[in-house]
Amino acid sequence: MENPVIVSLQDIVVDFDGEPILTGLSLDIHDKEFVTLLGPSGCGKTTTLRVIGGFVEPKSGKVLFNGKDIKSLPPYKRPVNTVFQKYALFPHLNVYENVAFGLRLKKMDEKEIHSRVMEMLETVGLKGFERRSIAKLSGGQQQRVAIARGLANHPKILLLDEPLGALDLKLRKEMQIELKRLQQAMDITFIYVTHDQEEALTMSDTVVVMNKGHIQQIGTPEDIYNEPKNAFVAEFIGESNIVDGVMRRDFMVEFAGASFSCVDKGFAVNEIVQVVVRPEDIQVVPAIQGTLTGVVKDVIFKGVHFEMRVEQAGYEWIIHSTQASQPGELIGMNIGPEEIHIMRRMEE
Amino acid sequence: MLKNKSLAYPYLVWMAIFIAAPLLIVVYFAFTTAEGKFTLNNLTGIAPYTAVFARSLLLAGAATIICLVMAYPVSYFLSRMRANKQHIMLMLVMLPMWMNFLLRTYAWMTLLEKNGIINKILGFFGIGPLQMINTAGAVILGMVYNYLPYMILPLYTAMVKIDDSLIEAAQDLGAGTWRTLTRVLIPMSAPGIATGITMVFVPSVSTFIISRMLGGGGNMLIGDLIELQFLGNSLNYNVGSAMSLLLMVVVLLCMSLTNTMGDEDVEGVI
Repeated sequence: MENPVIVSLQDIVVDFDGEPILTGLSLDIHDKEFVTLLGPSGCGKTTTLRVIGGFVEPKSGKVLFNGKDIKSLPPYKRPVNTVFQKYALFPHLNVYENVAFGLRLKKMDEKEIHSRVMEMLETVGLKGFERRSIAKLSGGQQQRVAIARGLANHPKILLLDEPLGALDLKLRKEMQIELKRLQQAMDITFIYVTHDQEEALTMSDTVVVMNKGHIQQIGTPEDIYNEPKNAFVAEFIGESNIVDGVMRRDFMVEFAGASFSCVDKGFAVNEIVQVVVRPEDIQVVPAIQGTLTGVVKDVIFKGVHFEMRVEQAGYEWIIHSTQASQPGELIGMNIGPEEIHIMRRMEE
Repeated sequence: MLKNKSLAYPYLVWMAIFIAAPLLIVVYFAFTTAEGKFTLNNLTGIAPYTAVFARSLLLAGAATIICLVMAYPVSYFLSRMRANKQHIMLMLVMLPMWMNFLLRTYAWMTLLEKNGIINKILGFFGIGPLQMINTAGAVILGMVYNYLPYMILPLYTAMVKIDDSLIEAAQDLGAGTWRTLTRVLIPMSAPGIATGITMVFVPSVSTFIISRMLGGGGNMLIGDLIELQFLGNSLNYNVGSAMSLLLMVVVLLCMSLTNTMGDEDVEGVI
């Protein structure tokens, strides 16, 4: 049930002052999806967004919109709108006029503008704020105006550049749900840029993990979290234990001095691999029953769970468990076959 | 920080002696005869010089518009440059201001003269010699040349505060270059425009050196007229004061006009 591709980036090359930012990036974005570009700062995610918005013209490559190349189309002719990182609201206009800005440029008639603006302000929960000056709004309210302004033009795609970065945690959580709701209500494509993995997992239909100008993995949040393709993705998305191991044969891997059955196959015999185990996937058992045994170094209370660091034969494991062990205690650790993720070693 | 208001007293004293008192003296002279009796004759006596007032306003207005048109794009590109380049360019803009005002204007005299450098160069191409010195155009040129930095600086100051993302937002919402300019850049830089206009128009309208050196006898401005009343042949403090007073009123009117323009644009059209 995959939707048709609405934007296709093909072999995009961008560099700033000779410094390469994107080196041949290709990416298909499907219609009506909530797509998140996720990665650390400097990974090229914002540049990718700006290529789609028309603010950065790639040195080479194609930007296809519904199959048509829009690479040299200026931003004001593109059927996309942007919510900027610092909101970029016009301080000389009030809330109403900010939202109406794009509509006035289209020379719509005043009645239609009015109904569209009011509808948008209602959608983002800012009814009654029309005459308010931008300077008198809180960060969260400014954010909502910026979103309403972007959506008022009825774009095919809304681009969002780390729009929640400046908000506090509680507001950010609220806005995440709000944005997801908006995307579904408007039934358009959202392309969202963030460095916050939790945000990406919460809202997205598809997550694109980027690093150093390259796409590391594309997939659903579940895929990305449960089946990271490489150590970078595994480390970037949530906490992980990553250790070197050897694939003895199909469905059998050896690491940390013990053999484990797993669900992976297709590796060469005795191929050296990397093994990812999520902290919450390690079961704590009495020492005598554990495949691995280790000594608890410290325990930190994290709210829902305890985070423990366990020393085992030179390895350090991070475990999330609802039951706390005592520091210094000898414990056993078991890992189920389903919880072991095998990755080919990353070439650095 | 500073809580002690008495620190401002020295300036208050200064203001009283050198600003308020002279102003009162000017008002006194403007409304009295040489014998010290109240009269309105000084003000009505200005009537024959209406043409000079009109010329002053016209030339200063033209110079201000030229400065604005020239300075606006320069200030914009200046404000978009990298910080270190901005500083160098600003230095270059201000460089002429560090040279003596008279010297700069004399330089233009030698350039514009009948046998001046420009006419000589034009002569090589078989053009001219053109009458450039002692024209209204030369006076405007002198005003533009001398006061252009005063237009660039406030415009630049207003424009560096406009974040790039606002310009991008305008384009993103469908505004091309022209509408980005008229709907975002100009309204947002309106305070700078108002300041720039004031800072160029006020000295231009009251100048007397530029018009005398570059305008010859035929382009007398209010400044020259006033000077004549105090130092020249006509020597009449009372009429001179009346003229000064009228000039102040004209300038105040112009300033309040530009200021309200700036305010309205800033507050928004609604």
